[in-house]
Amino acid sequence: MSPNETFLVQVNGRPAEARRGETLLDVCRHAGVDVPTLCHMPGLAPSGACRICVVDVRGRGLVPSCSCPVEPGMSVETNSQSATRARKTIVELLLANHPDDCLYCVRHGECELQDLAQRYGVRERRYVTAKNDDHVDVSSPSLVRDPAKCILCGKCVRVCEEVMGVAAIDFIRRGSHTLVAPAFNRGLNVSTCINCGQCVMVCPTGALREKSHLKEVQSALDDPAITVVVQHAPAVSVSLAEEFGLEPGADVEALMVTALRRLGFARVFDTSFAADLTIMEEASELVSRLKGGGRLPMFTSCSPGWVKFVEQSYPDLMPNLSTCKSPQQMMGAVVKRVWAAREGLDPRQVFSVAIMPCTAKKFEARRPEMGDAHDVPDVDAVLTTRELARLIRLHGLDLARMTPGAPDQPFGERSTAGKMFGGTGGVMEAALRTAHWLVTGREMYHLTIGAVRGLDGIKEARIKLDDVELGVAVVSGLGRARRLLEEIRAGRDDLHFIEVMTCPGGCVGGGGQPLRAEAGAVRGRLESLYRIDRSEPVRLSHRNRQVQELYDEVLGEPLGARSHELLHTGYHGRDGAA
Amino acid sequence: MSPLVVDILERFPGARRDSLIPILQAVQEQEGFLSQESVLAIGRHLDLPASKVYGVATFYNQFRFTPIGRFHVQVCRGTACHVKGSANVLDAVERDLGVKAGGTTRDGLFSLEVVACIGACGLAPVIAVGGDFHAGVAPRDVPGIFASYRERAKEGGSDAA
Repeated sequence: MSPNETFLVQVNGRPAEARRGETLLDVCRHAGVDVPTLCHMPGLAPSGACRICVVDVRGRGLVPSCSCPVEPGMSVETNSQSATRARKTIVELLLANHPDDCLYCVRHGECELQDLAQRYGVRERRYVTAKNDDHVDVSSPSLVRDPAKCILCGKCVRVCEEVMGVAAIDFIRRGSHTLVAPAFNRGLNVSTCINCGQCVMVCPTGALREKSHLKEVQSALDDPAITVVVQHAPAVSVSLAEEFGLEPGADVEALMVTALRRLGFARVFDTSFAADLTIMEEASELVSRLKGGGRLPMFTSCSPGWVKFVEQSYPDLMPNLSTCKSPQQMMGAVVKRVWAAREGLDPRQVFSVAIMPCTAKKFEARRPEMGDAHDVPDVDAVLTTRELARLIRLHGLDLARMTPGAPDQPFGERSTAGKMFGGTGGVMEAALRTAHWLVTGREMYHLTIGAVRGLDGIKEARIKLDDVELGVAVVSGLGRARRLLEEIRAGRDDLHFIEVMTCPGGCVGGGGQPLRAEAGAVRGRLESLYRIDRSEPVRLSHRNRQVQELYDEVLGEPLGARSHELLHTGYHGRDGAA
Repeated sequence: MSPLVVDILERFPGARRDSLIPILQAVQEQEGFLSQESVLAIGRHLDLPASKVYGVATFYNQFRFTPIGRFHVQVCRGTACHVKGSANVLDAVERDLGVKAGGTTRDGLFSLEVVACIGACGLAPVIAVGGDFHAGVAPRDVPGIFASYRERAKEGGSDAA
């Protein structure tokens, strides 16, 4: 039999096409038959841990469809009485030690366990056991871990190890005492957790969630003595729509700007402006390293999970990280230390909020390097895309019915290059456009660099800047980054510039994005960024007039003294992180 | 890091993850427990995250994460002892010492371990303290037994066994 041979099997009494190597779950789903899953992760090997996907195979009885290979002649019932009864019992057993505090849970209405309890008609507590009393871990600046709500599906453990290559958490102890926790059952803050939040994205319940800054933001908004300034990251405007039932990838920037004003933010700035600023610095740094014999390959530094990953696991490669702050922190520094003075405001009276697709940005904003000499942080609070949606709903605003608004100046103008920071390859494309201009004095003929686009986890290209040929690589998902770093440690030397985004797909796939997004949503968001790049006139960071004005009036020149003070940072090893 | 642990790791050159349990056993045998430092060192040696090493180690009852006390207490929970009421004896021991199985008292005097069978079923329920066997233990005997060891420690008596 050839490996690609197809054959017919029976699913619920109807013929369904199957391919050798597929699982029963694949076959059912291709046939349009929904089988529920909890522990299943598309693209990873099945673990078969939760058993909720059991189906009735004639002659064999109940089998977990996620891990059972399809065979010719099979006849499958997905909703036989024994299958549905088994699923209901599984849900009831999962609920036996669950806290039952759905009304107060952040995932109320967005919880896979709750949905299954509804779907299988669980109406009473049939199994009574002691509730989990493991304490809530609030030690992390980005994430909250609540073992009492954990159903031990293991998806967080797997995404952390198999996709992100971090393995900060694992199952500890056994039997009814099993728990998902960092090494030594200590807090996430002293673990190797990089705060990316991909565990939150796969968690079916409220056991993992972001550390919310909504209260701090609301208090600041309510305080008349405080000026609250907000910036929104490139990926947010192409993702927020999904929280309000609109199509994935719809760009709601203009509506969101109005909503932010209605929420009471005094100024609405665009992080993409700071991304253009980042490109001015980063492209100049790249050119300077190329010409001056600096450490190569240079790594991008805008993804804070990646930065912590290098600090703790590859400290020998820290000099390869660009010293540029991330756009969030550049914007923060410019708002607190340039804009506030211009407006005659004390930086302490300015509250700077960032809307990010990311949980690690909460960690980044708290880094001690990210403030002025008087410990005034450049960014005071970070809201994820999800938290912004909550805030909008809290205020009863209907996003779709907002009158389109324009961002505030001077930090509202952006090029499409800055906007593309929101997806994997975007920083690379933006930086190469500007580096080409810096090196040759001319614009690139083809601004679109197809080789660095798309959702592949690693993309490589050779790019010519006149007589210099650059080797570039674009990586998203730290598991792949780890493999590339190992190659570099082993002596690979044909690369000059590497963009790394912590999350698969880049910020559009970030850990602060809408939960339970439909398949293809990340692609939709990325396509939206490309659409913006196609349809707007200013596609080069160095053509952003407001950025040029900032250099003329305040910063001087890229990599200059004032730039270094405001826009660059340093790194430190984190030996002993477990 | 303890030179003893370094020695142990050197006995496993180029080891991979399948050597994890033998290494954990060797370290515990040498040090009496698995310190955080040892877990980290083992992880580095095998190129395994500390969370994995700790996850595997906590799966098995044989590994402990606190140092052995001056008197190591083993409470037998084998079949014969169970029938003769060792669950209540364990309760009484945990109450008297103020630690759970696997723990060590803060004064470092006693460490507590539950064992499956000591092999002295005729003496059930049996506990061993610092190598001394105590036969036919009832919960009400427990405070007296430990008092005598505290007394011995005060007098500067030598460790048993």
